Amino acid sequence: MTGAALGPPGYAAGDAVRVALTWPPGHRRIPQYIRGKAGVIERYCGSFRNPEELAYGFDGLPERHLYRVRFKQADVWNGYDGHPEDTIDLEIQEHWLSPVEGDA
Amino acid sequence: MTGDTHDHGHDHGGGPVLTYADDSVHDRNETGHFELLADALKELSIEKGLVTATEVREYVEFFDSRGTEKGAEIIARAWTDPAYKERLLSNGTAAAAELDIPMAGAELVVVENTGSVHNVIVCTLCSCYPRTILGLPPDWYKSKSYRSRAVNEPRAVLKEFGTELPGDVALRVHDSNADMRYLVLPKRPAGTEDWPEERLRELVTRDSMIGVAPARDPA
Repeated sequence: MTGAALGPPGYAAGDAVRVALTWPPGHRRIPQYIRGKAGVIERYCGSFRNPEELAYGFDGLPERHLYRVRFKQADVWNGYDGHPEDTIDLEIQEHWLSPVEGDA
Repeated sequence: MTGDTHDHGHDHGGGPVLTYADDSVHDRNETGHFELLADALKELSIEKGLVTATEVREYVEFFDSRGTEKGAEIIARAWTDPAYKERLLSNGTAAAAELDIPMAGAELVVVENTGSVHNVIVCTLCSCYPRTILGLPPDWYKSKSYRSRAVNEPRAVLKEFGTELPGDVALRVHDSNADMRYLVLPKRPAGTEDWPEERLRELVTRDSMIGVAPARDPA
């Protein structure tokens, strides 16, 4: 499936973002535990073919921007009792992200 | 084995050579749904001429023979060459390529353990792993137990591996869930300041590059 050409990345390192809280069917590379959680862009990884299309035999184009997003463990798990600066990083495609207002 | 002198009563005539009860080491069910699916896919791909049986065999042989040597080479170089370390941390893929180590389509991210930060790698969705650098992942890395617990109780998991993190060290978990592959740059063990690169490689273990253990203690 093809579409519009890929534009420039919409986020940069340090931006506050939230992962969409949604449960669409199909192949998704966004683990359920991180959906709806807010974190900070750790780095921009480049653009890659969309795994949600590749999984079904399409070409995965246009590519999607991919970011590493860093989340505080205490924001991800209820009752997390490690170090307050413990984090978990995941790779999130741009179409799963939205900006967190007033917190960037 | 003592031939037919054992006393349990079974037929040695026309039965299968091995039964599952004989398979004391592996619990892989060779006739499970996904095993049959994989076999069917392989046979069809060969029948359709997409791959040859030899190519499949060579691919399996390549990855089965691949160990952690390439990873140890990268880490020992980073320990002894500050400029290389800087390049490794800023662009892992390019730094691996400098040592003729391919990434097979993925990108390499290297994360550094320090006195205040410890890193550990997991792939919650499957078993993503830098296979060209570390070979095939260990069974525990693919287990549902590790894949879930390394995410939500990583300190307890590390402790089970014998790695108890001090309270003032922050733990960074990296979920290898898409196009990056990860390698931990362990701390260089104390007392190795005058060691040459080749000797340092012997201290770099698989588990230290996944982040569940420190590098080998030279003492």
